[in-house]
Amino acid sequence: MKPEDAKSIVKSTLDGGIVDDLVYKEDGNSFIHLSEIPFYRKQMRILSGKNPLVDPVNVEDYIALGGYKALVRALQKSPEEIIGEIKTSGLRGRGGAGFPTGRKWEITRAQKGKVKYMLCNADEGDPGAYMDRSLLEGNPHSVIEGMIIGAYAIGAGEGWVYVRNEYPLAVKHVTIAIEQARKLGLLGENILGSGFNFDIKIARGAGAFVCGEETALIASVEGKRGIPRQRPPFPAAYGLFAKPTNINNVETLANVPIIIEKGADWFAHIGTEKSKGTKIFSLVGKVRNTGLVEVPMGMTVGEVVFDIGGALDGKRMKAVQIGGPSGGCIPRELFHLPVDYESLTGAGVIMGSGGMIVMDENTCMVDIAKYFTNFLQEESCGKCSICREGTQRMYEILTGVTEGRGTEEGLTLLEELGGIIKDASMCGLGQTAPNPVISTLRYFRDEYTAHIKEKRCPAGVCKTFIQYMIDLEKCTGCELCRKNCPQEAVEGERKKPHSIMQDKCIKCGICYDVCEFDAVVKITGGKNAKNSN
Amino acid sequence: MPKIAIDGIDFDAPEGWTILDTARFLGLEIPTLCYDEGLSAWGGCRLCLVEIGTGEQSELVTSCTYPVEEGLIVRTATKRVIDARKMVLELLIAQCPASKVLQDMAAKIGLDRVRFKPKREDCVYCGLCVRMCEEQMMAKAIGFVNRGNKLKITTPFDITSEECRRCGACMYICPTCTLRCEGPEAENVLCGRCYNELQPTCLDVYEDYACWMGLKGNCGTCVKEETEKKKED
Ligand SMILES: Cc1cc2nc3c(=O)[nH]c(=O)nc-3n(C[C@H](O)[C@H](O)[C@H](O)COP(=O)(O)O)c2cc1C
Ligand code: SF4
Ligand code: SF4
Ligand code: FES
Repeated sequence: MKPEDAKSIVKSTLDGGIVDDLVYKEDGNSFIHLSEIPFYRKQMRILSGKNPLVDPVNVEDYIALGGYKALVRALQKSPEEIIGEIKTSGLRGRGGAGFPTGRKWEITRAQKGKVKYMLCNADEGDPGAYMDRSLLEGNPHSVIEGMIIGAYAIGAGEGWVYVRNEYPLAVKHVTIAIEQARKLGLLGENILGSGFNFDIKIARGAGAFVCGEETALIASVEGKRGIPRQRPPFPAAYGLFAKPTNINNVETLANVPIIIEKGADWFAHIGTEKSKGTKIFSLVGKVRNTGLVEVPMGMTVGEVVFDIGGALDGKRMKAVQIGGPSGGCIPRELFHLPVDYESLTGAGVIMGSGGMIVMDENTCMVDIAKYFTNFLQEESCGKCSICREGTQRMYEILTGVTEGRGTEEGLTLLEELGGIIKDASMCGLGQTAPNPVISTLRYFRDEYTAHIKEKRCPAGVCKTFIQYMIDLEKCTGCELCRKNCPQEAVEGERKKPHSIMQDKCIKCGICYDVCEFDAVVKITGGKNAKNSN
Repeated sequence: MPKIAIDGIDFDAPEGWTILDTARFLGLEIPTLCYDEGLSAWGGCRLCLVEIGTGEQSELVTSCTYPVEEGLIVRTATKRVIDARKMVLELLIAQCPASKVLQDMAAKIGLDRVRFKPKREDCVYCGLCVRMCEEQMMAKAIGFVNRGNKLKITTPFDITSEECRRCGACMYICPTCTLRCEGPEAENVLCGRCYNELQPTCLDVYEDYACWMGLKGNCGTCVKEETEKKKED
């Protein structure tokens, strides 16, 4: 759409028509309504659907859409009733572990002592994930409302939103939303005349992945080094400043007003037996449509990937990596699995905060495992020996495999080490860190073996195992590769077949990308690599 | 007093005790590295792991941090525990083979192979020195810096700290500074279970300093003290 189009849009709106040329098209079909577009058709946007409708810095917008009605309703009930409703709804934490939210509130409420705290976890440290960010930036009042209701339920008088400083717009919008809520008497003393007092502050995080872990987050809010501590005691009993503390994820909290407003039964209707409601995923990778997608729990991985994401032409999808850096990869054969906490855990991956990366044949699974393990060895807080040293050693072994030094014993060691890191680490980071390795070993062991035994990278990714060569029959001598090669590794005269001097080649792949005649081929283990960019 | 069962022994453990306290009281041996009675429990080395609960619900926990609770069932030496402990120790020895404390522990728990390339570092990040400095010396002169594979222990901004009184408590408690094992450099980094007969190296140079750093007066600390002493004289 361009500024010039405005005229025709206004005109046809007044005439009650549509501008055919500007309507969204896909595969030759036009779609007039948003809900008909394949990307949106299967989504259920109960959380994210409001983002386009509200101006995030304007509380009136939120109220006009029924915002804070749930708070009013909640304050007329007893905290126990609210907890009961959340329990009936079956809401589980969206921060990763999937702990039942009502149960968590109940435990915190039951703690002795007058001072309790409510924390909102908006750390969102997974690279490539931005579900929480979109809610905080696009509809901050929904999270604040959820927090106030939660605080009322557990009996907290003070709360913090822990948000990473790399999200300046989220920080800004939440700050504005808190001020607006205060002005309207939705935060502060005697909220809406109910006698309940609660206020929210913002704590900004410096961006360490591990600070999303609840005990590390608490340490960070207290101004200490953000590292986990051994539980028990759990934060519900001994949390921020040694007081009972409840921590919930942004998306969890945004669900709360919806449940109170529409009823626990309505919510419990969506999803599977044990996983209720919707979940927002960040769908990226080798699919046609990428972005945030919100789907009911229990939808199959395949539906998300094929129906919402859409296959790219001519490429075969191979796997989906689910659950952020410490999630795992599930192969195409398991795309029929429903997206819910138990099914994913059973397949050796995790829901995590909801990252989904689609991969095709151009992705080397060993390389992927190495990539995530590298992230984790850098982000481990380093407190536990097994997580710190273990992730480093897994990375070392994986690097060996991708560089031609892999052995079968190495794989056995990887498996053994992975199992113990999971079992013996202090916090969720270590307990999930081996997932990328273990899941790829489980489903794509043949790729590991190809690297080790055949000295071949089937996807044509690992540089040690590939060679670029020029097909003399296809080469037209256009000189494009020779001009583009940064190493001057290509030789040949104009209009005559070129060739690559292997000793100079650094395998950057530029010749491969620039050749317009498919004359540059990638060889691995004596075979043509599947890869066809 | 919570009733617990530890390795089959029923015991009324005093409120506030940890599993480790109880085990030690009963004479059950659990290896520890980052734990010291005089300091707060840290839970980082993971050597003191024990298994609690039974069946599907059982899990590994660090005994130095886990408080006794009514009905707790503890097993201190199951296969799962031993396998995990051995792996932890294997990783730590590969990181820091010169630690006699680690080598002796390896001999004791029967670790007989190290499959990782030795890093030969000087620190296993047990954090004892940091807690010693903060909790007993009240100095807070050293701390952890960075995380993950870049973790280290140092003074703020890597410069000599005003807070540091050079009391040496950090070195006293360190499992790798003291008693360095300079035993045979076998391909296998396990030392061969010798008794460490090394002399503190600084003792040759300055009579007053039983330092094991192997730096023979070159590390600076004692030299500085020495010059200050001379000045005073
Ligand atoms: C390494 C690590 C990182 C985490 N990062 C986040 C995060 O970025 N956001 C989040 O909400 N929860 C994160 N969690 C989960 C939290 O520890 C905690 O379980 C969650 O915030 C609880 O909220 P919920 O019950 O609403 O899910 C992380 C956990 C671990 C172990
Ligand atoms: S498991 Fe890893 S991240 Fe978690 S406390 Fe231990 S070292 Fe830190
Ligand atoms: S210097 Fe010594 S005491 Fe300090 S953390 Fe390292 S190994 Fe532990
Ligand atoms: S002694 Fe318990 S974890 Fe180190």
